[in-house]
Amino acid sequence: MARIDLDHIRHAYGPNPTSPSDYSLKEVHHEWNDGGAYALLGPSGCGKTTLLNIISGLLQPSEGRILFDGKDVTNLSTQERNIAQVFQFPVIYDTMTVYDNLAFPLRNRRVPETEVDRRVKEILEMIGLSDRAKKKAQGLTADQKQKISLGRGLVRSDVSAILFDEPLTVIDPHMKWVLRSQLKRLHRQFGFTMVYVTHDQTEALTFADKVVVMYDGEIVQIGTPAELFERPKHTFVGYFIGSPGMNVLPARIDGSSVDLDGEKIALSFAPKFTAGAKTELGIRPEFIRIGREGMPVTVSKVEDIGRQKIVRASFAGQPIAIVLHEDGEIPAEPRISFDPAAINIYADSWRVADSLPAGGEA
Amino acid sequence: MEKTWNNKAWFMVLPVLVLVAFSAVIPLMTVVNYSVQDTFGNNQFFWAGTSWFSDVLESDRFWDALTRNLAFSAIILAIEIPLGILIALNMPKKGLGVPVCLVLMSLPLLIPWNVVGTIWQVFGRVDIGLLGYTLAALGINYNYVNNVFDAWVTLIVMDVWHWTSLVVLLCYAGLVSIPDAYYQAAKIDGASRWSVFRYIQLPKMKRVLLIAFLLRFMDSFMIYTEPFVVTGGGPGNSTTFLSIDLVKMAIGQFDLGPAAALSLIYFLIILLLSWIFYTVMTNSDAKT
Repeated sequence: MARIDLDHIRHAYGPNPTSPSDYSLKEVHHEWNDGGAYALLGPSGCGKTTLLNIISGLLQPSEGRILFDGKDVTNLSTQERNIAQVFQFPVIYDTMTVYDNLAFPLRNRRVPETEVDRRVKEILEMIGLSDRAKKKAQGLTADQKQKISLGRGLVRSDVSAILFDEPLTVIDPHMKWVLRSQLKRLHRQFGFTMVYVTHDQTEALTFADKVVVMYDGEIVQIGTPAELFERPKHTFVGYFIGSPGMNVLPARIDGSSVDLDGEKIALSFAPKFTAGAKTELGIRPEFIRIGREGMPVTVSKVEDIGRQKIVRASFAGQPIAIVLHEDGEIPAEPRISFDPAAINIYADSWRVADSLPAGGEA
Repeated sequence: MEKTWNNKAWFMVLPVLVLVAFSAVIPLMTVVNYSVQDTFGNNQFFWAGTSWFSDVLESDRFWDALTRNLAFSAIILAIEIPLGILIALNMPKKGLGVPVCLVLMSLPLLIPWNVVGTIWQVFGRVDIGLLGYTLAALGINYNYVNNVFDAWVTLIVMDVWHWTSLVVLLCYAGLVSIPDAYYQAAKIDGASRWSVFRYIQLPKMKRVLLIAFLLRFMDSFMIYTEPFVVTGGGPGNSTTFLSIDLVKMAIGQFDLGPAAALSLIYFLIILLLSWIFYTVMTNSDAKT
């Protein structure tokens, strides 16, 4: 178990990168706590896996250093870093039994056989494959195979960190939930530093203490699920987290007054930003009240998703989503108002700090 | 569903039946016919029963040739399979090296068999051949024409040169189909180079290796052209394989009866071995 320092890391797959767009991973400079559960969240191709492979040592960063507990491991191999990693698609050793598959990482490190047996039996119990221990791994189903891959990642008790690269993609939804809770329990029990790559926000938010949101090769925000929800640092975070995502409306800002194409809102503070920046107002659908008071809106569609209704509407010439309680009524001439505490102001897509306690490291 | 019966459909399969009859069934039955009869000329035939078969099976000539065949196949398989795997493992996985290696590897396979024989026949000649001349110049006494060991070495090296590529290409195809994640996982699990080969690469190549093994066995067991061109079965009878012997018997000596019996026995041996391999292959597939 280790604290992980990412010291000014950048990575480009091609040779001789010159412009920022040549980098698949733009500068990352962070410190991840020992025993933390981190989720790397972002759309496909945003550099999540690149960052993960840099941490595990499968990839050498073009620039920067990685430190485990203050020790520079940038030039060390995966094995020397003592990392466990679980991949997106099951990797099993076909010709071995389930038991031998799980014992493989331990035996390669010359762990005494009694200890191997104890660990393997424990893991078999956890992944629910005890009854198949002596069977060849070849004939198993995809999700059983993936459980073996997971098990091989968890079998070593002395690892610096366990990395997961979208490990539950091939597992069916019910089993996903079970395995995720087991991982979570394991994390609490043994305090592994865990890094979990996913593009599924539910997975990220339920697994991790800290969610690292990545976008276009950059870390845009590291924060607790609540911080990501309430104070998205970047409009992308607002849009990516939450369902539906945050409404982002073009806004003209003058002092502490916001002009949304004619509709004026007064802020409790005066945002500071460089002149000429593109300014926007972000408000989560959950914090918009619909009623007879406020600004006029045209409702176009109501989606009933059970406990809630999602109202699709047009406001000040922009599409907007509003979340309404299932018993909520929409009056004949609906008007909306924003919860002032839930308003975020963005300049060139980045959040402008306000007087309220800011999220993450803002 | 109501089936439509139309006897005209038979005409559709008629061309194939005729083709198969003339290309396989009738020639084969002619051979069967010869194998149970004897003649003293004038197109008069006498029933000979199984005497030709027992003659063949009792002759040392047959067993010697069969032993040579089996020895030859065993030796070239023992060389070509491991060598093919070794070369495939060391071939580049990406970049310009890939097409270059693939083309170089395919070249021997594209050369007609009798040309391969001729190439090596000339190559090994002590007077003008590059290999023979060089060996002689180095003071090595090499002559495939009158030395049994040299003749065998020449044939084996020629077959290895000609056919190892096939094993290489099949193994290479098996290797490139292994996803990167396997190698990455092996690194994470701390596997040694040998473990990677033993537990990842070899199991993934198993099926193509069976095919390579089968193809190489069948082809080498039926070998004719190259030894015929290079050694003509000599020196003595030392490289006379079943196929060469068969041709000598049938066309050289015009002993149609024993030759027919021998070709049927030869055919049945190949059929039996094919069946054994086929069973082995399908069994290992069924287990997957």
